Amino acid sequence: MTTRLAAIVALAACGSGTKAPPAVAPVAAPPRVDPAALAAPAAFERIADRAERSRALFAEIAKVLQHPRCVNCHTPDETPRQGDTHELHDPPVARGSADRGVVGMQCQTCHQDHNLELARVPGAPGWHLAPLAMVWLDRSPHEICEQIKDRTRNGDRSLAEIHEHIAKDRLVAWGWSPGWGRTPAPGTQAQLAELAAAWIDTGAECPP
Amino acid sequence: MIHVTINGVERDLDVDPEMPLLWVLRDVLGLTGTKYGCGEALCGACTIHLDGVPVRACVTPVHRAKGRAVTTIEGLSASGDHPLQRAWVDAGVPQCGYCQAGQIMTAAALLAANPAPSDDDIAQSMAGNICRCGTYVRIRAAIKAAAGAKK
Repeated sequence: MTTRLAAIVALAACGSGTKAPPAVAPVAAPPRVDPAALAAPAAFERIADRAERSRALFAEIAKVLQHPRCVNCHTPDETPRQGDTHELHDPPVARGSADRGVVGMQCQTCHQDHNLELARVPGAPGWHLAPLAMVWLDRSPHEICEQIKDRTRNGDRSLAEIHEHIAKDRLVAWGWSPGWGRTPAPGTQAQLAELAAAWIDTGAECPP
Repeated sequence: MIHVTINGVERDLDVDPEMPLLWVLRDVLGLTGTKYGCGEALCGACTIHLDGVPVRACVTPVHRAKGRAVTTIEGLSASGDHPLQRAWVDAGVPQCGYCQAGQIMTAAALLAANPAPSDDDIAQSMAGNICRCGTYVRIRAAIKAAAGAKK
């Protein structure tokens, strides 16, 4: 420990790119956590400015919203994606008028209400594509944030209803239990719900 | 016991609720018209109807069919004379035949929902039914012929 501290002090003294955090920061940076984890809302309290804190909270939330488990079914076109590299859904499927496929190739033709570990087919209650108004794939946190707050593009949900959806929806919950061979979304659904509550409490500001 | 109506016959099945419907059909009830292809819902050979909606029997736990109506190729028509079955014979659609029950079950659902499908409609709805012999052109022609016959 002593050696490591000495090294940090030495680096700081040299003006290197790697700096120890200052004792008192005028505007603290957002917390840094493992990409597979989520920072807790308390970690953002060091950001003094409320709006700035809200924007930082959304940036943390966006780690989940931009994750393949989420964006693969928030697509701008006629087909879902799959895998961690957003490959086109195989077999080829069409969105259909209700975002649940077309006759003969409806989502529930193959997807059950739970994951199938042997057949490796993912599943959850109400498996379907997000409507075209709710595109997240290849969108920035700013764009996703504005979309989520816009009642014409969020299923006419209030912020409280958005929180409820994030906290309790069973299809949302699948993102953390995606079954065979799929990387789960960062953190947990409960942690995301806490972040969403804190984001709403701080004014639901969107990052630039 | 799981109560299911299969091809119009009510059944009480004493099986593991998680058993895939395909196993129930083939191994328990002897309805072997429905085929096992890939076991992963990727080929369509096991397509049956659950309340008229095509599903892949190989990945559908039998408990999903509880209280519902299952239709297999054996129950599509009383004597093999569904317009699609007649069109299939007329056009000589099958080559090896293994996928054909699944093809016909998907096509039957398509025509029930859309009596005059376009080529695109057929391509979209049939995209999950794979034919290793490549009889797709004859399948499409037979679906169109059956659609015409129904008018």
